[in-house]
Amino acid sequence: MTEAEFAAALLDPQRPVPAGLIRPDGTPADRRFDIYRNNVAVGLTEALRAGFPVVEKLVGAAFFAAMVGIFLRKNPPQSRIMMLYGDKLPDFLASFPPLAAYPYLPDVARIEQSLRESYHAADVEPLSHEVLAETSEAVLLGRRIRLAPPVRLIRSPWPVHSIWCANVDGGPKPGAGPQDVLVLRPGFDPRPHLLPAGGGSFLSLLMGRATIAEAIDAAGPGFDLPAVLSLLLSGGAITGLE
Amino acid sequence: MTGTAFPILPTKPGVGYKAQHFASLLTDAGPVAWLEIHAENYMGDGGRPLAQLRHLAERFALSVHGVGLSIGGEAPLDAGHLARLKTLCDWLQPASFSEHLAWSTHDGAYLNDLLPLPYTARTVARVAEHVDHVQSVLGRRMLLENPSSYLAFAASEMSEVEFLVEVARRTGCGLLLDVNNVFISATNLGFTAMGFIERFPMDLVGEIHLGGHYADQDEGGAVVLIDNHGHPVADPVWALYAATIARGGPKPTLIEWDNDVPEWQAMVSEAARAAAILEPLS
Repeated sequence: MTEAEFAAALLDPQRPVPAGLIRPDGTPADRRFDIYRNNVAVGLTEALRAGFPVVEKLVGAAFFAAMVGIFLRKNPPQSRIMMLYGDKLPDFLASFPPLAAYPYLPDVARIEQSLRESYHAADVEPLSHEVLAETSEAVLLGRRIRLAPPVRLIRSPWPVHSIWCANVDGGPKPGAGPQDVLVLRPGFDPRPHLLPAGGGSFLSLLMGRATIAEAIDAAGPGFDLPAVLSLLLSGGAITGLE
Repeated sequence: MTGTAFPILPTKPGVGYKAQHFASLLTDAGPVAWLEIHAENYMGDGGRPLAQLRHLAERFALSVHGVGLSIGGEAPLDAGHLARLKTLCDWLQPASFSEHLAWSTHDGAYLNDLLPLPYTARTVARVAEHVDHVQSVLGRRMLLENPSSYLAFAASEMSEVEFLVEVARRTGCGLLLDVNNVFISATNLGFTAMGFIERFPMDLVGEIHLGGHYADQDEGGAVVLIDNHGHPVADPVWALYAATIARGGPKPTLIEWDNDVPEWQAMVSEAARAAAILEPLS
């Protein structure tokens, strides 16, 4: 019996139990091998349940368990750091035929994965309000913003922020239309924030190292710059100007 | 780093650290004198987990316990993972580092479980090589933990105690004796738990683990105990622990409770029960 045979049979319940695994009386330990199979499946399922509670709530616990049972066999963790296991779940949800009628689920999962990443991201002291206030508008427009490591942007054609809030905070029933979501972590607790019109394009350009002026251009007419800057500042999202 | 203020684990009870117990630990630690953390949970870049750990390291001796090194695996140890362990140990300067006699990765996939290996001349050489590698990278002696087993390998050529003694002899590593695992494996594989303890080299034991299990059955109707760290320590495991301490003297003793984690007071009760066995002999 090799490690390869053991590992393959662990993840595939259809495979026979490898020979040479025995009970105390020397007979094959088939049922006992299932304990390891179960430990692996339950351990990975629990990690995904902990990471994607809103997706689980939306599809129901039984559907979620059956679905991640398929996911985890196709996508076992590639890292020993389980806190971020499930990074491939959003793409899996998008390609999972039984969920074709729920096209917003992958973006809900992206919010949840972003919250996990944000929670464990590095701590960097944010820029003080004073430094920003002392910089003239003309100078500011030519600068690039260095964003804090916990900041994440999710741009969606679906009202995913409303969906997330409705399921976590008991917010109002979501309407229709696209929403751009910014995850910020002032202190230790990340939260998703709804960006105003143009905010997604603005942040997307800033993340791509554009200047503030270029990002404002991309945001289009009617973009509420003060509102977004105020959100970034209160969320500890700006760590420097370049 | 203040971790160096606690260079050794005290021969007192410790608990496996859970974030929900953070506030209680700082205000009402009771008999809990030290903490064990799972290394992999502190391999993020920042945030609350590392901030809490920074606080705890100022108050408690720490044991860093790895669950992902796959020391029993066929492949060489993962250099990236070892480097992350080194970063964590260099930062915390823990009183102890330990890992498992088990494997958990294969062909790049991490299976998130502690899987068994046959005990042969070939595997003892491989495990010893891996333990040497860990000790040379971390620059410290490690403790290797006996596993809980549900099945045996027809290919095994030696007992678990013989295997662990041989790895320790070749590498100079210490051993982590999980008394709950001894009780589970003895029940599941049909050997005497006390016989295992009597043959175990107590002078090499740097730490003891106690945890909960539950009973299931296999296809032949035989009782199979499942190691889930989700219950109080069972009475026969307490008895085996008392006999272990009577034989080997007091050792730093960890209460492990990783699933269905209870309120802090339940951890304190378990720790107090361990203290009652340790103190008369300390």
